[in-house]
Amino acid sequence: MQDLRGSIGYWRITLYAVLALLVGFFLIPIEAGLVTSFKTTEAVTRTAPYLPPGPGGFTLQNWVAAFDALSNGLVNSLLLAIPGTILSATLGSLAAYGLTQVSWRGQLPVLLLFVAAVFIPYQAVLVPLSKFWTVYVPLQELFPILAQHHATLLELIITDTAYGIPICTVLFRGYYMGLSGEMIEAAKLDGASVATIYRRIVLPLSGPMFAVTFIFQFTQIWNDLLFPLILVPGASSQAAPVTLSLVGLGETLSGTDYGLRMAGAFITALPTLLVFILFGDQFARGIAGRS
Amino acid sequence: MKRRLFTSSENETRTDGGTTVPADAEPSPGSDSDTDPQETQSSGGFGSSFDSEFVQSLPFWLPPFLLMGFFVYGAIGWNLLISLTDLSGYALPDYSTLDFEQYTRAFSSPEFLSAAQNTVALLVAFTLTSVAVGLALAILIDRQIRFEDGFRTIYLLPFSLSFVVTAQLWLWMYDYNNGIVNMVFRSGGISPPDWIGNPQFVLGAVIFALVWQFSGYAMVVFLAGLQTIPDEHFEAARIDGASTVRMYWRVIIPQLRGSMISALVVLMIVALKTFDFLYALFGQYQPKKGSDILATLMVREAFSNNNLAYGSAISILLFVMALGVIGPYLYSQYRRGEL
Repeated sequence: MQDLRGSIGYWRITLYAVLALLVGFFLIPIEAGLVTSFKTTEAVTRTAPYLPPGPGGFTLQNWVAAFDALSNGLVNSLLLAIPGTILSATLGSLAAYGLTQVSWRGQLPVLLLFVAAVFIPYQAVLVPLSKFWTVYVPLQELFPILAQHHATLLELIITDTAYGIPICTVLFRGYYMGLSGEMIEAAKLDGASVATIYRRIVLPLSGPMFAVTFIFQFTQIWNDLLFPLILVPGASSQAAPVTLSLVGLGETLSGTDYGLRMAGAFITALPTLLVFILFGDQFARGIAGRS
Repeated sequence: MKRRLFTSSENETRTDGGTTVPADAEPSPGSDSDTDPQETQSSGGFGSSFDSEFVQSLPFWLPPFLLMGFFVYGAIGWNLLISLTDLSGYALPDYSTLDFEQYTRAFSSPEFLSAAQNTVALLVAFTLTSVAVGLALAILIDRQIRFEDGFRTIYLLPFSLSFVVTAQLWLWMYDYNNGIVNMVFRSGGISPPDWIGNPQFVLGAVIFALVWQFSGYAMVVFLAGLQTIPDEHFEAARIDGASTVRMYWRVIIPQLRGSMISALVVLMIVALKTFDFLYALFGQYQPKKGSDILATLMVREAFSNNNLAYGSAISILLFVMALGVIGPYLYSQYRRGEL
């Protein structure tokens, strides 16, 4: 424990002053955006960006209009992020278990492929991905019962799951390597099978890590633009997630429509902001787990 | 006794090595589990149980491995193949004539060379600045202050945002007439530029916004690393009479090398593949002159200009750059027994 109680108060005051300035640096863009979202167009230019609307400058119209523009996107993003997160977290847990608590030859190269996949820029797969879903496996044509936008959403769910597996596996692997070996060994001595050990010991202990992985992966999928941009016909498509809808909204705005632009940004950010504020510890641990 | 970074960590079953100093920042040292496989294998005569354990493990890792392998490595292989064709528009690839024409085209294109230059500039400036800011934040927060969790949450907040959201916020910050950045400059008596519209400044403006978003990430990585350094090291350095600055520079920061490497690798990959932010910032496939990077050039050529093979070639070059970052990292992880 570093004991700074003996230090002169000057240093401590300076430390808190620096920390407060940094709070300003990190929060000002968000605060300015938030207050601007409640301003009329005239108030945006009349008041300083970081100040709340002055008399007569307040409006909820930006939020109403932004919600109208983004509501379908919000639904789509939920339809993408929730199953995509559950599937990639589950598959990540299974893969990590098979790579840590079970020993077999050839484990290392398989593990290397999972880890390396975390770092691959998605640009390297975009053209094949686009051709795969539009030419070779067009789900809407293969399953005519699916509406076009439902087929597109399904393509995105499968894509997000596949690309979420590497990071989920790495996160779970770090956790499983820290599990007590005694319980596993005792179970093995009792003759428990690999599957039994997972179901009865590893899975029940995985709750905290599932929370971390859900939060991290939900944020990744919710925030993604690149895959939807490539696989969804356009921002006005019925399958467009909220990031694509927000870009589309931004494109329709002139340079001065900051109120609507900010309201759209906050509607898009609200779910991940809430997840982050409520589960900041798990979120931070998910990040640290990549180190 | 190590200090805990996360309040709920007490619930975890851990096998920390007591006062052992891990070689890197990870809370679970790999060396603890390295002996397990060897012990199992060295039990010798149980070849059949070894084999049966492998067979039993297949249902766990093989399905995710196949799904991941198909979509990641299968796609990259196919991408490489496409880059050797002349595929464009909505045709199917013609594999009968494969050559390196698309790569020749790239290296003779001023647009490509400019984008490559911007990519390197972005990678270096963004990565080093984020790591420096993140390290400073981590050290400041780690000094047993009150509200530590609050400060950490605030500094990490931007990281939870979508690039698309960040772009909207910084469009407003950089607005020429009413934005906060120019308000600050004007209040200082300086005539400010149009940050987003001026080719001289736009890349710097982009880097600044991305540092804002990602330095919290670097902070968390370093905080995790600081938490693994035993208190005794801080105490020993202090007893030696070292000043705080010297203590950090000579004793603490060298022990964060693992965190440094991990943060650098992740941030470099972010820099290489950043697309969403630029696309949302400019509202189109074409970034402002001076800020086009390989990631945006690739997407534009493939999906806006329909030059699919050319886009594939650019993305393979991006992939090779990423391998240049990932390869040494994975090798160092392997040598340290982390893999």
